[in-house]
Amino acid sequence: MKILVLISNVPDTTTKIRFTGDNTAFDSTGVQWIINPWDELALTRAVELKEAGGVEKIAVANVGTKITEPTLRKALAVGADEAFRIDAEPLDAYFVAKQLTQVAEGYDLIMAGIEASDYNGSGVGGMLAEMLGINSVSAVSGIDIENGELKIHRDIDGGSQILSVPAPVLTVVQKGIAIDPKIPAMRGIMMARKKPLTVLPAIEAEPRTEYVSFELPAPKAACKMVDEENAKELIKMLHEEAKVL
Amino acid sequence: MSVLVYTENWDGKFKKLTHEIVSFAAAIAKETNSTVTALSIGHVDTEELKTLGNYGANKVLDVQDDRFESLDNKALADAVAKAAQAENAEIIIFAHNNEGKAVAPRVSVKLDAGMVSGVTGLPVNFEPFTVKKKVFTGKAFANVVIKTGVKVITFAQNSFEIVENPVDVTIETFDPQIPDSEFVTKVLETNKITGKVLLTDAEIVVSGGRGMKGPENWGGLEELADLLGAGLACSRPVSDEGWRSHEEHVGQTGKIIAPNLYFAFGISGAIQHLGGVSSSKFIVAVNKDPEAPIFEAADYGIVGDVFKVIPQFIEAVKEMKAAN
Repeated sequence: MKILVLISNVPDTTTKIRFTGDNTAFDSTGVQWIINPWDELALTRAVELKEAGGVEKIAVANVGTKITEPTLRKALAVGADEAFRIDAEPLDAYFVAKQLTQVAEGYDLIMAGIEASDYNGSGVGGMLAEMLGINSVSAVSGIDIENGELKIHRDIDGGSQILSVPAPVLTVVQKGIAIDPKIPAMRGIMMARKKPLTVLPAIEAEPRTEYVSFELPAPKAACKMVDEENAKELIKMLHEEAKVL
Repeated sequence: MSVLVYTENWDGKFKKLTHEIVSFAAAIAKETNSTVTALSIGHVDTEELKTLGNYGANKVLDVQDDRFESLDNKALADAVAKAAQAENAEIIIFAHNNEGKAVAPRVSVKLDAGMVSGVTGLPVNFEPFTVKKKVFTGKAFANVVIKTGVKVITFAQNSFEIVENPVDVTIETFDPQIPDSEFVTKVLETNKITGKVLLTDAEIVVSGGRGMKGPENWGGLEELADLLGAGLACSRPVSDEGWRSHEEHVGQTGKIIAPNLYFAFGISGAIQHLGGVSSSKFIVAVNKDPEAPIFEAADYGIVGDVFKVIPQFIEAVKEMKAAN
């Protein structure tokens, strides 16, 4: 079985969010870049499956400029065998999915995180599956390989399911897919330097959406405090003032 | 021209979320001089289908086809795209939840439509079509232009008031004619609770954290939830410790919820927890630590002992109910 994990390069989740150019662009000055946390968990599960046997190769792919290479090297250090970078600014989900079609053929399983922590789009995985004409499963909380076949755990309203879906299939993964992200060992970091990282030019694609401006949320009003002894008063406020009871 | 809404039901009844999205679609249709068509896939009876007219749906397309129960994403996307074409839909709206995120991106590719997910209100502009959404996991908002003629959006729950605005509604049976070969997802096993308030659709949620000290102390929360018709939830440490089931875990890595009212008892409010509940309309926090970050997100708070506060809340709710 061959697995492709889609990797988004995002600002560290503790980054203070600022904008430039009259709030038209994200200010990336001084930003630390990381593997999108959901993609990191997807990769972790892929590596676990490989370690358990039954997976011959894991590739990772990213659409981004040269600044994303450290992120891809880290993915190789964690355990991917090969990386692809399509050299372009990731303009929107459609544009990114279209670029990924260049490298996404020939895998049994493609894994994408449920969303990237920057633009929270949740779009690339499903779009890519549709472009490739393959099936997709979303809200995936577990993947096992049994006798060479995929068993996919999916969250549904009020519970969960175990599915069988013939390969090739794209899974959009979320909570549960892996517990903690795999940390690269020194040996992995050394080996990553020798693993192939292929850079491909972008193909023609017109983005269908455009981020035109950003704003920071309005500061929240202060919390109204009630004394412990007068707790009943709070229920009254919810009823009379907030009108939610 | 029309606005098409992908509806969801729970045990045969439309979710509150669907009422919200139909209301939202009706407001867009008014601005764009078009009509609202709701697509219902699943077993919903005619009486229930008609209720969507109360929120402004002019037409309901009723797909009764058991094959869709496997939620095969490819087949579902095919069905929605066919409905959109049959209805000449210009805007297709899904919920920003598991099902919406699964199907909407596929539909956008099929219809050559631009897509924006997690939209938080009416378009800020119709020409060019511009919508607002949260970015950087709630740390900022972005205004995004969709440049294509047909547009797909997923709508963030609790971003629009449900409006009752009854219109005449017609119910039409719709067969998207999807061949058997399209349905390749096979369900081997389902574990699902029914007959309970669906946490992601609950108007009120009562939630407990580590400050509840142990699973044996949940009686008060259960009683309060029962009285309020609320869903029960918990923070990550609580489900990790096995005090409560993972089904109840809300937070960035658990369920993301947006009720009208969220009670946080003994929850400190780590950023990961807030990521799953910050879209609640009102947050009530009870915690013994006045420095707990939950108070920065809360609208109402009590610094104190949860075990002294919960019985008072129960009593107050009983009195309030008796008075009404």
